[in-house]
Amino acid sequence: MRRSINFRTIAPYALLAPGLLWLAVFYVYPAIQMFLVSLWTGNIQDGFTQTWNWGVYPQALTEYWPWIARSIVYGGLATILAFALGFPLAYAIAFRGGRYKNLLLFLVIAPFFTSFLLRTISWKIILADDGFLLAPFKALGILPEDFRLLATPAAVVFGITYNFLPFMTLPLYVALEKIDKRLLEAAEDLYAGPWRPQGTIAGAILGGALGVVVGVVMEYGPLSLGIPGAVIGALVGTFLVSQAFVRVTLPLAVPGIFAGSLLTFIPAVGDYINAELLGNPQSLMIGNVIQARYLKVTDYPTASALSFILMLAILIGVLIYTRLLGTEDLT
Amino acid sequence: MATAAVAVARPNSIGSRLRGAVDKYLLPLYVFGVTVYLILPVAIMIIFSFNDPVGRSNLNWRGFSLDAWLNPLGRPGLAEAVGNSLVIAFISTIVATMLGTLIALALVRYQFKGRSATNLLIFLPMSTPEIVLGASLLTTFIASVGLPFVPEGAVYPLSIRTIIIAHIMFNISFVVVTVKARMQGFPRHLEEAAMDLGANEWTTFWKVTFPLILPGIMAAALLAFSLSIDDYVITSFTAGTTQTFPLFIYASQLRGIPVQVNVIGTMIFATAVGLVVLSTLWQRRVAARELAGPRA
Repeated sequence: MRRSINFRTIAPYALLAPGLLWLAVFYVYPAIQMFLVSLWTGNIQDGFTQTWNWGVYPQALTEYWPWIARSIVYGGLATILAFALGFPLAYAIAFRGGRYKNLLLFLVIAPFFTSFLLRTISWKIILADDGFLLAPFKALGILPEDFRLLATPAAVVFGITYNFLPFMTLPLYVALEKIDKRLLEAAEDLYAGPWRPQGTIAGAILGGALGVVVGVVMEYGPLSLGIPGAVIGALVGTFLVSQAFVRVTLPLAVPGIFAGSLLTFIPAVGDYINAELLGNPQSLMIGNVIQARYLKVTDYPTASALSFILMLAILIGVLIYTRLLGTEDLT
Repeated sequence: MATAAVAVARPNSIGSRLRGAVDKYLLPLYVFGVTVYLILPVAIMIIFSFNDPVGRSNLNWRGFSLDAWLNPLGRPGLAEAVGNSLVIAFISTIVATMLGTLIALALVRYQFKGRSATNLLIFLPMSTPEIVLGASLLTTFIASVGLPFVPEGAVYPLSIRTIIIAHIMFNISFVVVTVKARMQGFPRHLEEAAMDLGANEWTTFWKVTFPLILPGIMAAALLAFSLSIDDYVITSFTAGTTQTFPLFIYASQLRGIPVQVNVIGTMIFATAVGLVVLSTLWQRRVAARELAGPRA
């Protein structure tokens, strides 16, 4: 009996040890090491010395804050767009999927089986100035001859949205799937009918605001997308959103919204492949700067400082977000 | 409130008819549209693997050709890059799956002190952007030069070894999460029954626990393998002069991508899809057998 008690106390640590040791040596220690390297001074030819040069942080922040801000805006926008696209998709699969449920889920994750780089290069082919997406519109005169998508901020944001849409859709699906359908029937029995006029107003405001932000970031002007956004939002809010949806479905989907937005936002902010392949020099993100500082310029202190700032910013953001939308079991 | 009640009570009102139409036509149409959006780039990759490009650029359709399919590795450096990717993916998948499964077992099966710290340590690598993971490993490998307890040349200069170290690291968390998810709702009474019948912990694990969690472990391994073989960002920081398939794609995209890259991408896609279909069928069979009850 005593042997068995001992076994049960030691066993979990024996199981944890190898994996956690690996993470300690190759995740925790490198994070500390990166912090130490950010306080080096020197260059690759003459060598570096640990000088505790704290000045690198304000210097890096003032020099590169436009790239940091752009990354947060692009990443945030891609997250919101992925939610706007992914929520109806997840809802349709969970509530109306029927026997196609598994096939649809499979199609959602299928892009993962293709290299991230090859998919982004495919977008280059699709969005090209004379590519098969734009060419027909230009031939019909709907779009001006010099209209382009490739090498614009819009292409970068859509590329990021595309890449992380499955990360958003799957957790949303898991949360929606768990909802007991009888709750919705009960809500409708209790007169949770159309949500008017609040739905119309909320839809118009949310759709309009999203349209304005997208329009400004993608350089199409605030109103060109703000007005259609408000109209679509109002229509959706008036006819598609019921009280049962707002008061039952949405609150129960919060864990999925939480997980999906984190899984999208974190990699989106650090991404630099989309900005590099689909963007232009004015739409580069902080990842591009870090990558170039490390691998091309070998300015290790600044590069380390910037990636440390990125890591801290995301960790702090995640902690605040967890407090607000809280789920205690993160993994 | 009164208007809402009327709207619900009257099934033929404009609102409910409109909602019915949306359910019937708009939602399926929407799902179809988004699915096309998701699959389109994959389709382009496959279609362009049959292209017959002029010069080096494979960005415009020129005509049908099977040349690249008949000679899929016929580019200098491509065979080596693909070989390296496979070696890295195999080794890192096996190691990460073992380490991650052990952690998942500990988390699901035991009560112990330091549980929330463990959860945090598993969560952190997944919530750190890839570029930060790659960058911090690079700085560590560079700074390790001259440290007394690191053998010379072990991690710097960078090599296939450092790539494997990095891939194991980022895969562990994904394995833990996947195996853990499959172990929730695990039938503990089967283990207790085995113990009651005189099996010790070791026998119980291999005869009862392991066969039951094997589908979860396989799913985790599949995920780890596909994450590893596709990784560009972390690999680019830890590779040095070693080439992998994604690094090869990136390097050639500056000069024009050879059609062979699309061929290999298509092969990887087809293999992954095949494996997923097979494992789904296998799991269905296992589930059907469980439903049918224990074998005589």
